[in-house]
Amino acid sequence: MASTTRKRFRNLVPGAFLVVLFFGAAIVSFFYTPFDVETLNIKQRMLTPNAVNWLGTDHFGRDILSMLMVGARTSLAVAFIAVGIGLLFGVPLGLMAASYRGGWIDEFIMRGNDLVFAFPALVIAIMITAVFGPGAVNAIIAIGIFNIPVFARLTRGASLSLWNREFIMAARVAGKNSARISIEHILPNITNLLIVQGTIQFSLGILAEAGLSYVGLGAQPPTPSWGRMLADSQTLTTIAPHLALFPGMVIVLTVLGLNLLGDGLRDWLDPRLRRER
Amino acid sequence: MKFFTRSVTSLMLAAVFSGSALAAKTDITIGMALEPPNLDPTGGAAAAIDEVVYANIFEGLTRFGADGSVNPALASEWAIEEEGKRYVFTLQSGVKYHDGADFTAEDVKFSLDRARGEDSTNAQKGLFANITDVEVIDDTTVAVNLENPDGNLLFNLAWGDAIILDSASAETAATAPVGTGPFKFSNWVQGDRIDIERNPDYWGEAVALEKATFKFISEPTAAFAALMAGDVDAFPNYPAPENLPQLEADPRFSVVLGSTEGETILSMNNKSEALSDVRVRKAIAHAIDRQAIIDGAMFGYGTPIGSHFAPHHPSYLDLTGNSPFDQDAARALLKEAGVEGDLTLSLKLPPPAYARRGGEIIAAQLREVGIDTEIENVEWAQWLEQVFKGKDFDLTIVSHTEPLDIGIYARDDYYFQYDNPNFKELIGAFNVETDPEQRDVMLKQAQTMVSEDYVNGFLFQLAKTGVANNKIEGLWANQPTQANDLTGVSWTD
Repeated sequence: MASTTRKRFRNLVPGAFLVVLFFGAAIVSFFYTPFDVETLNIKQRMLTPNAVNWLGTDHFGRDILSMLMVGARTSLAVAFIAVGIGLLFGVPLGLMAASYRGGWIDEFIMRGNDLVFAFPALVIAIMITAVFGPGAVNAIIAIGIFNIPVFARLTRGASLSLWNREFIMAARVAGKNSARISIEHILPNITNLLIVQGTIQFSLGILAEAGLSYVGLGAQPPTPSWGRMLADSQTLTTIAPHLALFPGMVIVLTVLGLNLLGDGLRDWLDPRLRRER
Repeated sequence: MKFFTRSVTSLMLAAVFSGSALAAKTDITIGMALEPPNLDPTGGAAAAIDEVVYANIFEGLTRFGADGSVNPALASEWAIEEEGKRYVFTLQSGVKYHDGADFTAEDVKFSLDRARGEDSTNAQKGLFANITDVEVIDDTTVAVNLENPDGNLLFNLAWGDAIILDSASAETAATAPVGTGPFKFSNWVQGDRIDIERNPDYWGEAVALEKATFKFISEPTAAFAALMAGDVDAFPNYPAPENLPQLEADPRFSVVLGSTEGETILSMNNKSEALSDVRVRKAIAHAIDRQAIIDGAMFGYGTPIGSHFAPHHPSYLDLTGNSPFDQDAARALLKEAGVEGDLTLSLKLPPPAYARRGGEIIAAQLREVGIDTEIENVEWAQWLEQVFKGKDFDLTIVSHTEPLDIGIYARDDYYFQYDNPNFKELIGAFNVETDPEQRDVMLKQAQTMVSEDYVNGFLFQLAKTGVANNKIEGLWANQPTQANDLTGVSWTD
C-alpha cells in the first residue's frame, strides 16, 4: 500500500513543488524583488553569480533573479489567461456539440474546430501580433484561440461516453433538458480530465509565450520576459553564458514541473486508476 | 607513437605551408548585415546598395577615397569657370561599360538629367538641385552649369547617388547593373549573396581580386559563426560589438576600429504635441547619459556627439557641453514646461543593436526623470512607412550614415520636422559658398544652431567595427561613405 502510494505521487510531488515554486516567485515579485528590474546599471553589467546578485546581472546590469521573478509573472499570466480562454469557450462548445451529437450543430462546431486545429499555431500567433502589434495582450489572444479546440474536442469526446450512462437517462426521465444535464451531470464528471489537460496546455502556453517573446512579439520591453531574456543573451553566450543559462533553465523547469504535475494529477484523479487502489 | 605524431604534424605543417606558398587567394567573401533591396544606387536610399556597387560596379565623375577625400574617377580633370557657376569636366577616354558599350559625355548628361528629373526616384535629389543644365561639348568633355556658385559640386558628384549609367542599361540597373567599374555583376541569389567578378577590360588600374561575394547575414549570432567557420573572410561592419574582444584575441582575425559618418541620434518628432516645446526636448537631452548608452548598447565603441556632425570632420565642434547628463536640470525643465510626471512618448526602434539596446537604456533613463515611454520594436519596412514617411512617432533611434548630412535639418517636411527658417537660410548660403574658411564658419554655426535648438537627442558617432581575416589588405578602415570599395583589396599570401 505504502509503496503504491509513493509510486502514485512520484510525479505529483516534484511537479507540484516546481509549480508552487514558480507561482510563488511570481506572486512574491509583486511585493518584493531583490532589485528593481527597470533600473539599469551599465557599470554592473554581466556580473557572474555572486553574493549580492545571486544569479548575476544581465547586459544592462539588471539583477537576473529579479528579472526571472517578474518574468514569471508575465509568463504565468499569459499562459493562465490563455488556458482560461480555452476553457471558457472550448468547454461550452464541447458540451453543446456532445448534447447535439450527430446533429448539424455538432458538425458545425467540430468542423470549425478542425479548421482552427489545421492552422499552425505559431504562424497564426505571429500573424495576429503582426497585425495588431506586438504585446502581451495579443500574445494571450493568439495562444488562447488555439486552446479553444483542444478543450472543445476533449470535452465532447469525454461527454459522449457519459451520455449513454444510466444516471443521465435517469436525469432525462426526470425531465431535465440537455443544457441542465450538461452542466449538472456531465461537467462534474469530466472536471478531472479538464484539470489534467489544463495543466498540459498551461505548459504549452508558457512555451508559446517564450517563443513569441523570443522573436520579439510577446511582452515588450521594459517588461521582463523569459523568452526575451533568452533572445537578448543570444549574442552574448560566448562571453556570458549565464545570461542564457538561467532563463533557459527556468523555462525548462517550469514546463517540466507542469508536465509532471499534469501526469501526477491524472494518476491521482483518473477513476480507473483510483479503483485499483 | 610519439614519432608518429610528430611526423604527422610536420607533414600537415608542410602541407599547410606548401599550400599557401602556391598562390595568394584571389576571391573574397564579404559579410553584410543587410541585403540591398535592389542594385541601382540612383533609385533607392538603402545603404546596402552602395555597399555592394559603389566603386566596384559603378563609378561617377568623382569618387570618395578611403580618407573621405574627393578624387577623380570617370572625370580625369575639371576646370571651374564663371566664378564657380560652370564646371567643365574632361572625361577618361577609352572607357567601356561591362556590356561593351562606350562611355561618352552623352551618358553623363543622361545620368545627371535622369537623377534630377521630375520623375526621378533618386534618394538624394537635393545633390543636383543647383544644376541648371548639363552640356555635352564633345565625346570626352562635358560642362555642368549651375544656378549659383557651388562649392559642394565635386563632393556631391562623388556620392553613390550620382554614379553614371548607360542610357541603354539604366532601366535594368536594379537587378542587372551594368557599370564601368573594375568588377562586373555576375549573380544574385536573393536572400543569400551577390557575386561580382573582375572586369578584364577595366580602364583603370587592374584589381587584385578575381571574384568577390557579398553574403547577407542579418543575425549577429550567425555572423559570428560564419566568421569563425571561415564562411566569410571579412565583415566590414560587424553587427555585434560584444564579440569584438573575442575576435580580436583570435590570431586569425584583425579587428579595425574606424569612424563612420553615422551620427546616431534619438530623433524627436519636433511637431508632436509634447516635443514641439523646446524645453521638453532639452529635458530629454539632459536626461540621456551618453556614456551609459555607448557602453551598454555598443560595448564602448562610439564617440559621444553633441550635434549632428562627425567628430573626425575638420569643422567639428564639440557641443556635448550643451546637453550634459543632468537629471535635475531635466526635471526642472519638465516642470517649467508643465508636463512633469505625465508625459508618455512612443519610442519606435528599428532592428540594429544600437537602436534596440540603446532604446531600452534610454527608456530607463527617461523614466528616471519622469518620462514614460512605450517601446515598439519595428522592422525596417515598418520604420520607413510609419516613422520616416508617416511621421507617426515621438521618439526613434537611428544612425544617419550619409557624409556631411547636416543639410537634412533644412529640408522641408523631413521626418523629425525641424522647421527653422534661419537654419534653412544658413544651409542655403553654405551651399553656394566656395570660400573654405567661410564654409568652415558656416558649418560650425549650423552645428551650434541644431544643438542649441535641441532638435534631436545627439547620442554618439557610430564606430566602424571591421573584422577581417588578417591576411586581407586594403579594406577601408573608416567609412567616409557607404561603400565596401574592393579595388585595393588583396590577400597577402
